[in-house]
Amino acid sequence: MRFGVLQFPGSCDEVDALQAARRVGDAALLWHGERDLKGADAIVVPGGFSYGDYLRAGAIARFAPVMESVIAFANDGGLVLGICNGFQVLCEARLLPGALLGNANLRFTFRQVALDVVNPDSAFTRACGSAAHPPQPLSIPAKHSWGRYYADERTLDELERGGQVVLRYAPGENFNGSLRDIAGVQNAAGNVFGLMPHPEHAVDPLTGSTDGLCIFESMRLAVEGAHA
Amino acid sequence: MRARVLIRPKAGILDPQGEAVQRALPALGFAGVANVHVGRLVELDVDDPEQLQPMCEKLLANPLVEDYEIQLLDSAAA
Repeated sequence: MRFGVLQFPGSCDEVDALQAARRVGDAALLWHGERDLKGADAIVVPGGFSYGDYLRAGAIARFAPVMESVIAFANDGGLVLGICNGFQVLCEARLLPGALLGNANLRFTFRQVALDVVNPDSAFTRACGSAAHPPQPLSIPAKHSWGRYYADERTLDELERGGQVVLRYAPGENFNGSLRDIAGVQNAAGNVFGLMPHPEHAVDPLTGSTDGLCIFESMRLAVEGAHA
Repeated sequence: MRARVLIRPKAGILDPQGEAVQRALPALGFAGVANVHVGRLVELDVDDPEQLQPMCEKLLANPLVEDYEIQLLDSAAA
C-alpha cells in the first residue's frame, strides 16, 4: 500500500501527512509540477497555503500538472483524501461538492475539535470503529481561516441522504460556521473525501491524540481489500 | 481591451467580512449604513473580451458562492 502525498509551493503539512501515512503503509511525496503519480494506491492532498492561496484558497492549485493526474485517478475510482487546504483544492477541482468560505468568526482559529463520525462505513472511516464498538467522537486539531463549509440547500440534502456527510463537528464545536456542522464530506462514489481538521497531526500520543490514525488505516483497508 | 471584473459574495450567503465593516462604520460616526458586502476586483488587459466570461467561470470567480460582473473599459480612458 503506497500513499502519494502532493506537495505544492506553499504546502506546509505534507511532511506530517507523509509520516502519518507511513504508520500504515509506504508513502512518497509527489511534486506539483509532475504528472506521474509513481504507482500510488491513494493520494493525500495536504494542508497549507498552496500557491499562496492567491485569488481563493485552492483556486490555482487545482490547475497544477499533478492535479490533472489526480483528477483522472479519482475519476477512475482511486482514493483521494484532502486535508484542510487539500479539501479546498478538491472543492475547487469539483471533485467534491461545495466550497470553503471564511470562518464566521473572521479569525484564524487553531483548536482541538471533537468530530462525530456520521458515516462509519466510508472508505475513510471504516477503521474508526467496528460493529461491536461504534466509533467514538474523534479528537483532532483544526487550524484554518477558510473552513466554513457551504453548499446550497438542495446539495446539502443530497449529501445527507447519500451518506456523503462523513464527519460533523460535535455539538458546540463548529467554530467556523460550517453549514449543518459539516466537517468532512465525500463524493457520491465514496472514493474522494475532504475534511478541514488535520488527522495527520493526531497520530502520536506525544501530541495528545491518535484519533487521526484511523483515517489512514481505513484507506489502507480499502486499498488492500480492493486488491485482495 | 481593458476590462474590470467585480466579484461579490452571492446574495444570501453569510458575509462576515461585510458584517464586520458594517459594524465598524457606525463606531466611527458614519450613520445610516446597511447591506455592506466586501468583494474582489480584478483588472486586466485582454485581446479577446469574449474570453472574460469563461475566465470568470473557470478561475476568477467561484460561481458556487460568488457572482461576477464584467465591465469593458475604454482603452483610451484606462
